[in-house]
Amino acid sequence: MAGKSLFRKVWDNHIVVPETADTPAVLFIDLHLIHEVTTPQAFALLKERGLTVRRPDLTLATMDHSTPTVPVASLSDLDLVAEPAAAAQIRQLASNCREFGVELHGFGSDERGIVHVIGPELGATQPGKTVVCGDSHTSTHGAFGALSFGIGTTEVGHVLATQCLLQRRPKTLAINVNGTLPTGVSAKDIILAIIGRIGVDGGVGHVIEYRGDTIGSLDMEQRMTICNMSIEAGARAGMIAPDDTTYDYLAGRAAVPKGAAWQEALARWQTLPSDPDAVFDKECSIDAATLQPMVTFGTNPGMVIPVTGEIPANTGDGSFRRALDYMGLESGRPILGTPVDVVFVGSCTNSRMGDLRQTAAILEGKKIAENVRMLIVPGSQSIKAQAESEGLHEIFQAAGAQWRESGCSMCLGMNGDTVASGQLCISTSNRNFEGRQGIGARTILASPQTAAASALCGHVADHRTIG
Amino acid sequence: MEKITRFRSRTVVLPQSDIDTDQILPARFLTTTTRAGMGDALFADWRYDEHGRLIGDFPLNRPEAEGCQVLVAGNNFGCGSSREHAPWGLVDYGFKAVISTAFADIFRNNSLKNGLIPIIVDQPTHQWLLDHPGVEVEVDLEQRQLRLPGRSPESLPESLPETEMIEFPIDNFSRYCLMEGIDQLGYLLKHSDAISRFEQHRA
Ligand code: SF4
Repeated sequence: MAGKSLFRKVWDNHIVVPETADTPAVLFIDLHLIHEVTTPQAFALLKERGLTVRRPDLTLATMDHSTPTVPVASLSDLDLVAEPAAAAQIRQLASNCREFGVELHGFGSDERGIVHVIGPELGATQPGKTVVCGDSHTSTHGAFGALSFGIGTTEVGHVLATQCLLQRRPKTLAINVNGTLPTGVSAKDIILAIIGRIGVDGGVGHVIEYRGDTIGSLDMEQRMTICNMSIEAGARAGMIAPDDTTYDYLAGRAAVPKGAAWQEALARWQTLPSDPDAVFDKECSIDAATLQPMVTFGTNPGMVIPVTGEIPANTGDGSFRRALDYMGLESGRPILGTPVDVVFVGSCTNSRMGDLRQTAAILEGKKIAENVRMLIVPGSQSIKAQAESEGLHEIFQAAGAQWRESGCSMCLGMNGDTVASGQLCISTSNRNFEGRQGIGARTILASPQTAAASALCGHVADHRTIG
Repeated sequence: MEKITRFRSRTVVLPQSDIDTDQILPARFLTTTTRAGMGDALFADWRYDEHGRLIGDFPLNRPEAEGCQVLVAGNNFGCGSSREHAPWGLVDYGFKAVISTAFADIFRNNSLKNGLIPIIVDQPTHQWLLDHPGVEVEVDLEQRQLRLPGRSPESLPESLPETEMIEFPIDNFSRYCLMEGIDQLGYLLKHSDAISRFEQHRA
């Protein structure tokens, strides 16, 4: 019998009732992350049916999506800065958490932040766990060797009530990344290149395992950036085998086991990586040595080119033409030099310490271009505090950028941080869909270094060549 | 939930590929705490102009789209966010089925839990449907068939079989739940004992 993949080991460990031809498997969930936007209707369902939250101890709540990124000391201050509907939604989460006994990292918590940033920070995300959240970027947690995926609100209700989900076993896709990454090429560039290669539907129905020596050489933040965007390739989840880098990151964090229990956990985690003879349903290989900084030019993350590249010729597809019209870009022209109005460094893809340090290294002692508005939004309040203790906020502010409280912010523009219609934003987030950052807003996805260099120049720039 | 076995409807066509959930239901409408009224926000950035007026030549706004329950969309529908507001919006607007060549996993899951049938068809059938907006089709969930009664043999591309019945894949469990109007939470709750045993075993 062929060996088992990482995915298969985690899956098999969580089967409460196996699947049959007629019924899906009942899969146990170890960690349920919740936030304000995709839970109100699920809690309403529980109330309607007189149900409780089965495992509040495995449920963790935060506020991030519609939450303001200007300081809010407490819920009572919320109306000063938030739109009424957003404020009501945030209050609803607080009252639901109180009523059902769920721990909430709300205003006033030093640990509040984007749901996919704080799960790992708190040590709640661990190898071998099943992790779900009513948010597609739950794939981020796969960087720890967890099986983690996004679910809809009905399923949020299922997990609240039963701690389980009905699931069919997905297929597996191995993406092997080997070779030395050239200087100036980041994890963001790797994942953008992968999506460009396999397409926005290349991973549909599959769980990706990112493998190879390049992946093994990345730190946990970089691995999270890669797994985060698995969903942009249509994949159900993305995973990376746990190793010493993973264990070093987790050791000592609040929610991880301590003492003898830590040793036991380590022994268990070390059995998780795919067996050498594991077979995957599909495989694909990427040579890291050939990669360059990448930027998107269209309205889905698969429309991506090297920053030094030209906008491709029309494939004859109406959607392609529509995308270029929307972006105000032309085939055959270099993307370098395209004027930029807004720069956003943030989101669950790129808002961690490494991202902020790289941004600061480029901005230090310089000023962003005159007509550019730049927002830097840390992924969590802990990251904000750490960045400030390193003086990064002073570098950002001296350069002319705004430094905010943590949250999703301009990644989806739900909290009032938006890009105006027709303006072009170079953004470290994960989606460049039409209107994602505001009605009519145009988005170019890129790494923090590319974004920072473009902020200085006022147009799309190659950070490797600016001095 | 309403039981669905079989229905007939004309189609409305949105030919763009990769229509994502931010287009289906833009994020600024997600601050709601109920499911009600999401149909008004469906495709909001495409349906309304900057003054909030309906854009007359957008396919959903044309008079012939009135009452259509089947949406034919370009390749790969529903990618992006996990927001269930997308299928809520489609269902509230009146759709019971969406036809495409592929669906994003989370969107497909969410749809099946809300009485919206995602129908995957092959490329030639898809192209024919894109080219014939407003054609009357029949969706038969029991037989897992899409019927194209209006289709005449001479309009068929050569690669397409002359049959008017096209099978579509749907898993037994989702089909059963849709046909019986059963919600899946009830089914899960019946496994409480097995879940307790699992929890004890792991503790
Ligand atoms: S930062 Fe963006 S992608 Fe991440 S959870 Fe928030 S809205 Fe979703």
